[in-house]
Amino acid sequence: MVTGCKVAKTRVAHYPDALDLTITMIKFLLMVNKQGQTRLSKYYEQVDIEKRPSLETDVVKRCLSRKKEECSFVEYKDFRLVYRQYAALFIVVGISDTENELSIYELVHNFVEVLDKYFSRVSELDIMFNLDKVHIIIDEIIQNGHIVETNKNRILAPLLALDKMAEAH
Amino acid sequence: MSDVVEKTLSALPSLLSLDTQAGAGKLSPSSKLGNLIKGITELTSKHEEEKLIKKELESIKEQVASPNTTMRQMKEIMVRAIYCEMLGYQASFSYIHAIKLAQQGSVLEKRVGYLAVSLFLNETDEFLLLLVNTVLKDLQSTNLIEVCMALTVVSQMFPKDMIPAILPVVEEKLTHPKEIIRRKAVLALYKFYLIAPNQVQHIHSKFRKALCDKDPGVMTASLHIYLQLIKENPESYKDLTGSMVTILRQVVGGKLPLDFNYHSVPAPWLQIQLLRILAYLGKEDQGTSEMMYDVLEESLRRAEMNHNITYAILFECVKTIYTVHPKSQLLEKAAECIGNFVLSPKINLKYLGLKALTYVVQQDANLALPHQMTIIECLDHSDVIIKRETLELLFRITNAQNVTVIVEKMLEFLRLTCDDYSTIDLVGKVAELAEKYAPDNVWFIQTMNSVFSLGGDVMQPDIPNNFLRLLAEGVDNVEDRQLRLFAVDSYVSLLQGETAKLPQRFLQVISWVLGEYSYLREEESDPGSVMRLLARLLDQRHTSTETRSWVLGAMTKLCSSPVSVALARDVCERYSGSLNTVLRQKAQELMILSQDTKLRARVLPAESRLESLEVDSSLSFLDGYVSEALAAGAAPYKSPHQRQEDLVQEKALSLEPYGLSLPVSLSSCSITDRLSPTLLSMSSGLSGNSTELSHQEGSTTLKLEGVKRVWGKDGYLAQQQSACETPTPLVELPSPLLSPQTPPSQTQKPSSGLEPDQEKRQLASSLFVGLGSHNSVCLMGRVETAPRHFRRKPRGESSSGASEGSSDSSHSSRSAAVDNLLLSNLLDSTTVASEGGAASTTTPQQTSQRTLDHTTSNGNPLVEGTEQRVEAGGPLSLIRGNGMVAVVPPTHTQTDPQTQQDLHPAPALERRRDLSLTSHLPAELSGLARSEFTPLCSDQDSSLALSACRVYKEDALVLLVFISNNNDSALHQMALQLTCKELEISCISGSPLKEVKGHSVSVCLHTVVMKRASVQVELAGLLSYQRPLGQPQAAQFSLSLSLKHFLRPLTVSTGDYGKMWLSFSHDLKQNLRLVTTEHQEPLTATLDALKGKLHLHVVDIIGSEGIVACRLLQGPGQGQPCLLHCRVHADSLAVWLRSPVPELPDSLLYHCQKALTET
Repeated sequence: MVTGCKVAKTRVAHYPDALDLTITMIKFLLMVNKQGQTRLSKYYEQVDIEKRPSLETDVVKRCLSRKKEECSFVEYKDFRLVYRQYAALFIVVGISDTENELSIYELVHNFVEVLDKYFSRVSELDIMFNLDKVHIIIDEIIQNGHIVETNKNRILAPLLALDKMAEAH
Repeated sequence: MSDVVEKTLSALPSLLSLDTQAGAGKLSPSSKLGNLIKGITELTSKHEEEKLIKKELESIKEQVASPNTTMRQMKEIMVRAIYCEMLGYQASFSYIHAIKLAQQGSVLEKRVGYLAVSLFLNETDEFLLLLVNTVLKDLQSTNLIEVCMALTVVSQMFPKDMIPAILPVVEEKLTHPKEIIRRKAVLALYKFYLIAPNQVQHIHSKFRKALCDKDPGVMTASLHIYLQLIKENPESYKDLTGSMVTILRQVVGGKLPLDFNYHSVPAPWLQIQLLRILAYLGKEDQGTSEMMYDVLEESLRRAEMNHNITYAILFECVKTIYTVHPKSQLLEKAAECIGNFVLSPKINLKYLGLKALTYVVQQDANLALPHQMTIIECLDHSDVIIKRETLELLFRITNAQNVTVIVEKMLEFLRLTCDDYSTIDLVGKVAELAEKYAPDNVWFIQTMNSVFSLGGDVMQPDIPNNFLRLLAEGVDNVEDRQLRLFAVDSYVSLLQGETAKLPQRFLQVISWVLGEYSYLREEESDPGSVMRLLARLLDQRHTSTETRSWVLGAMTKLCSSPVSVALARDVCERYSGSLNTVLRQKAQELMILSQDTKLRARVLPAESRLESLEVDSSLSFLDGYVSEALAAGAAPYKSPHQRQEDLVQEKALSLEPYGLSLPVSLSSCSITDRLSPTLLSMSSGLSGNSTELSHQEGSTTLKLEGVKRVWGKDGYLAQQQSACETPTPLVELPSPLLSPQTPPSQTQKPSSGLEPDQEKRQLASSLFVGLGSHNSVCLMGRVETAPRHFRRKPRGESSSGASEGSSDSSHSSRSAAVDNLLLSNLLDSTTVASEGGAASTTTPQQTSQRTLDHTTSNGNPLVEGTEQRVEAGGPLSLIRGNGMVAVVPPTHTQTDPQTQQDLHPAPALERRRDLSLTSHLPAELSGLARSEFTPLCSDQDSSLALSACRVYKEDALVLLVFISNNNDSALHQMALQLTCKELEISCISGSPLKEVKGHSVSVCLHTVVMKRASVQVELAGLLSYQRPLGQPQAAQFSLSLSLKHFLRPLTVSTGDYGKMWLSFSHDLKQNLRLVTTEHQEPLTATLDALKGKLHLHVVDIIGSEGIVACRLLQGPGQGQPCLLHCRVHADSLAVWLRSPVPELPDSLLYHCQKALTET
């Protein structure tokens, strides 16, 4: 075995015995359109703001270059990407090696269903014009890289309450 | 859904022009935010974007500064700032306003303020302190929405030091009547646990309450905490297994409210979370596992629906089933399930199936057999990710028989990929497989050539390092010679061809090998040919400066013939004027050495290539310089390991190209960067000298072997069994009836409908050869014949745990001398006994002298040390200062009898006898630390008395049995027998004693080592003798020896400790009591107590943490290390032990406990 700590670090993830050492988590969530423009980004691991655009470009390139019949998971550096396309919009989630790809793939759909419910037929523009609200929704679903709520009613409850208060004003 | 989006998007132009559409909400296009969004959607280039955002930032800056800006406007401004930051433009001036908005805004504005804070700031930002008061106020608000958002932001980020300020309020929320508040409070506490576990220790009981909350959401939230807690310490939470099983059963059974369903599947993500928790609880624990079999089976059964999310649950379920204690029935079902995945036409499921297979074949490689054809199809799959995953799977099932095919497949992939990360990873794997399973020299060298050409300059530096060491290592036998010669020949022909495409690293390897071993082919070629090839390399433009210096170094070794000298002179003339100082120096060396044959013979002696050199690895000659620098305010040295830890703590996503993102380990640079080729050649035996390198290697070796084989198809494998496993799995069930050549696939596997063509079938049989029990005979044969050369040498015994045990120990006995040499240096512990008994003749003074020399050791084998020796020029000793501390310094016993007495209080009478016995101690042992004399047994009339004494030598425990004859008549026909099945006892008395004269004392010496670490062992002894006029008689006695008698300090540097730590697989955690004294820190006092009683070595104490190392004696020059990491935690000492041997931490912990309770 001829590798230093660098590769070993990622390789650890493949071993059941080493499971304990790795944190299973979501590293970031991106919403990007087909042109590669970021519409929303949320990071759960610290990334310098200057470095984000290049990371995003890179990530989007990987996902855009994949064909329809290819699988929705991509290896990227020492983590994995799960992506799902809705019309011209891609939702890409960066996850650690030990995370269950398919469960994240469906989490994305659950998220889109929540958006759909809130905006009744969500579109890219809804997301753009309501960036703050989409963020509030995401904050209910994912915290610290862990899935904390998946019940649609409960995800929307705080936001709906806020809307009500705002209307009352 | 997607066509809905499509429709809406087609309406985009109208949306943009009209503000009343659904998407635009209440925003008017004339608003600043509307304008910005419009601007962003119309962007066509990066340049435009920059212009737009710069303008926007100016406008925001202006607005926030204005006193007339309302909070409502501020909210909009914050969203605009979020946009700017999202596109990568810092809007740091707005941070303070985000905090202000959270403070002063009304509800919705406040939420946006909090949101902006959580997006703008990172967790360590000092700005967060300004938020504490706002959060506290909102937590106490009567408005639930405000409480809610405060809890949300707290569970995202909060300054660690301020937790106590809000903790009581958050705790109080745990009993709030609203479920959402309780749930968010639990999540906030989870966050506190993540960033400051100590702070929430006292509320563990409240976590339990949350787990039992009547609301499923609150319960789900508490599972995050429990997953974390159980992961860290499964033992303490075994009692929760029942609850977890019940919860899962209820969830699976559909007992949750319907809105928790996702596509009619009840709370799938909750199920996954629970399955993960069960995996941790049931791992290696039969009792706990048995509790969950039923619910696991139910999960498998329930998840029949054809939807992605059920497959996600199934995948997790399969993983859990293969992680907990095995149950064959469940395993079969899980295997079937994997089959469905792998065979699925849906590509995502296929991927998951391969991933699951990769996970399970580590435990039972047979599981791959039924899917051979699918795997082969996946190998040629058009999707590169599927291919990659398949290679990962094949990597796990590689053995000595299929290695060539699998490596070929990997190289094929490598030739096509252009992704640096994949290249680095795969090249490492190929090199690893080649080293482990190479069938012959030719294949090995050719494979490594491919590795070097494909891995190019991105591969891990360890690959060339290890390769060179492998070549240099070993005795100078025919096999090694052949390997080297083959490498030389292969490189010569490579250099004769086109060299422009060869990566620099490869050229460096080539130069080194040619410089070192070209002499092997001297007879058959003209002497200048290699020199000319090297000179040609120098001429080429693409050759880097670093490579040039390697080439010059190689030339220095080769310039023996007149032709070469002439060539060398040409080269020197060219480079002696080089602007690069290194090259200039090399050229000078070449010049001088090529002209002065005598000097050259002395500096580069051909015959001593295989000998090790003494390297001052501690660089002690630099100590003065270092302390001066430190005094002048320089930062203290941090080992690469520490630096890496620091990086990890920062938790940053690495954005650098993979190979460069982390600090290159020192050892890796040492050959490529720091070592000049000349010096490298001087230390051909560098593996023997460089502790750093060996450790490095060990840490990685272990990663690979960390996979224990927990179970086989028929059930759980006991620990010992797995210890006997050869690297290739499946050697049990040998069935000699079948011919080894039978391809395994044909009879076994009915092809799944498709008739696979001949080619694939062939591939299958070559890939899966060696898997399956019917091949075991052949397999074992191959293991024997496979050249030992490619195996890991020293690390196998010293640090690998179970998996490589047996095969390597047999091999170690064969090349024991070399290995011991390596090993002893490796552990930095013993002098090399094989060299003329150096160890036993080492005087105490020498030992302590060396100890002094090495106390400052930081263990970095830099080469400057070599250089010094080279200048000194004399023959170099093989015995290297080793930093071994005598257990008790010799002066201790001689000049400080008082202490000795204090340590071993003995009654006065006894002491007199002791004194008389002391005079019988053999001279070579008298200076060493020893125990008091223990009476073993005596006759009724005390005519014969037996006593024992232990002498603690560095590399052995010497047991002395004193036979005192107090009678006039002599004893005849004496025979002393010591037996104990846990110990290895060998007699070292010069001649077996036959008789003891009247009134005299005889001594029997035995060296004793423990075969396996155990707390305490009983040794039985039998002395038979005969008086001149009597019957044969016998005296029986027993003596107990404890583990601590076999412990010795392990002197390692903090850096080495770190590396070893990472590589050891068996660990154990426990809290011990702290020793408190008046004049010492509790930690120091405790560690001192342990050091004194158990002969441990305290490596370092940093703040409230201390690291300690020791080794268990195991034969001459060997030892099993055990590392302790101690941390003061409240008023106890949290000790974490790690070792490559499973029993050692357990037994050692027992003694630590005992030692501390006695204090």
